[in-house]
Amino acid sequence: MTKALEISGLKKTYRGGLQALKGLDLTVNEGDFYALLGPNGAGKSTTIGVVSSLVNKTEGSVKVFGYDLDSQLADVKRCIGLVPQEFNFNQFETVLQIVVNQAGYYGVSRTLAKERAEKYLTQLGLWEKRNDPARTLSGGMKRRLMIARALLHEPKLLILDEPTAGVDIELRRSMWDYLTQINGQGITIILTTHYLEEAETLCRNIGIIDKGRIIENTSMKALLSKLNIETFVLDLDPYDGHPTLDGFTMRELDNHTLEVDVPKERGLNRVFEQLSAQGLKVLSMRNKANRLEELFVDLVEQGRNQKESVE
Amino acid sequence: MSNPMNLTALRTIWIKECTRFLRIWVQTLVPPAITMTLYFIIFGNLIGQRIGEMDGVSYMEFIVPGLIMMSVITNAYSNVASSFFSAKFQRNIEEMLVAPVSTLTIILGYVGGGVARSLIVAVVVTIVASFFVPLNIQHFWLIVVTVVLTATLFALAGLINAVFAKTFDDISIIPTFVLTPLTYLGGVFYSISLLPEFWQVVSKANPIIYMVNAFRYGFIGVSDINAYVALGVLVLFNIAFGALAWLLLNRGIGIRS
Ligand SMILES: Nc1ncnc2c1ncn2[C@@H]1O[C@H](COP(=O)(O)OP(=O)(O)OP(=O)(O)O)[C@@H](O)[C@H]1O
Ligand SMILES: [Mg+2]
Repeated sequence: MTKALEISGLKKTYRGGLQALKGLDLTVNEGDFYALLGPNGAGKSTTIGVVSSLVNKTEGSVKVFGYDLDSQLADVKRCIGLVPQEFNFNQFETVLQIVVNQAGYYGVSRTLAKERAEKYLTQLGLWEKRNDPARTLSGGMKRRLMIARALLHEPKLLILDEPTAGVDIELRRSMWDYLTQINGQGITIILTTHYLEEAETLCRNIGIIDKGRIIENTSMKALLSKLNIETFVLDLDPYDGHPTLDGFTMRELDNHTLEVDVPKERGLNRVFEQLSAQGLKVLSMRNKANRLEELFVDLVEQGRNQKESVE
Repeated sequence: MSNPMNLTALRTIWIKECTRFLRIWVQTLVPPAITMTLYFIIFGNLIGQRIGEMDGVSYMEFIVPGLIMMSVITNAYSNVASSFFSAKFQRNIEEMLVAPVSTLTIILGYVGGGVARSLIVAVVVTIVASFFVPLNIQHFWLIVVTVVLTATLFALAGLINAVFAKTFDDISIIPTFVLTPLTYLGGVFYSISLLPEFWQVVSKANPIIYMVNAFRYGFIGVSDINAYVALGVLVLFNIAFGALAWLLLNRGIGIRS
């Protein structure tokens, strides 16, 4: 299978001495929808910066669709469309100027650029705004403008650095639909996000990065299967005495709240059966926390402990 | 690296640069016309009448080429310095850096924009001048070559300034403390033959002397310095500044972390 991105042993030390990447390895297959997750300052944007040649690497190798970043830079660049984390267009230029110029930098003729601009700006709901200066757009529109701009040279690999930061839920969902749709048309997508729900909904594979290293690189499915125990919070009619639950770990928070750990294979029926047998009435139930978020925090913590024991 | 001459990209950058200064024409094209009109009225007309002749022509005729040159220099410099710096500042420079645009293309595009603006300004100022004094052109092509080389040189200098600049102040320091003094001492308002021997020698270390004199020679056929020597000096400076700009940008100084 063709590799859309192959990074090995990537190191980056910024001027001033901060080592942002400490030997990062990452492979993304063609056609994949890949999420790069990690806490603030983990090195996600730095990695993307190196791949898109905005940041000079210190060590290591990067290949995009088999082209080497050092010796075939122009080919690498043609494969990639970048949606950066921060707005980086000229605020005084109009939407149309921005996307058409970007196409020009990639060598797309002006006529073709204008055709594509209409196509992508329409798809992203910005065609009406084409003659407005970028600074007059809302935050969500600016994000979509950057997506349109990244697509105009029709790249094979689209890299989005937190594309949905500061975007409302409705718009976020429509962006998800759009990304899924273009991924279906064959564009490989890599995105970073802090919303785990986003990674869960969109991505097939996932890499977790912390302190400049990949600490987990797996499929979304495999990751979710690690989540075999869920904790539920049950709200009961106030009761006297202490309920018992055979085969489950349980904590009583007060005289009307229970916290129960439920292994997936065991299911919830037996919890309810036992509770009703004891004459207890369940009023409502909820997940204790976003399990994916907890898992994420666990993984990062595990990664840190492992590293400490190695060092 | 990338195809050294990506023509579509070059045209894109150049058109973008021209669009920029045309969009803000009140800031870019009008001020030189006003400043030069004032110079013509005050120095040329009012004071010039008392000075009499310089190098065998009226004082007004003498200063016109230098004043045109002065606006060419400041406009070429400030166009590229502020446009490139603001591209760094707003980070839209990244639009070019992620694309297969070579360093040479970026330099030619920006410098081309600066040269376009200063040529437009040169034409405007020349038209203004023609209201005050009959324009006399001795060597048309020398004028064209000199003005293009000068504009290119200062556009390159503005670019280099912008590469190093970290704040907007940094792109006004060089014009204020280096460019303006050199221009005023560059023989715009006087013939260096008026100076004592020692100061004549010192003056010749000032590159602007060569441009102003070559340019003036093109108009009135009189110069303190051989016009072809002056052109040679200009070409050398262009090569040196061009090479420096290329080295800086290619290494990503000030634009890549
Ligand atoms: N231009 C720079 N100069 C110096 N240090 C930098 C630079 N850019 C990033 N860093 C540092 O490198 C580290 C990694 O930063 P990076 O932006 O890659 O993190 P991130 O994973 O994208 O974080 P976030 O989720 O907050 O966007 C941080 O410690 C950051 O301070
Ligand atoms: Mg980031």
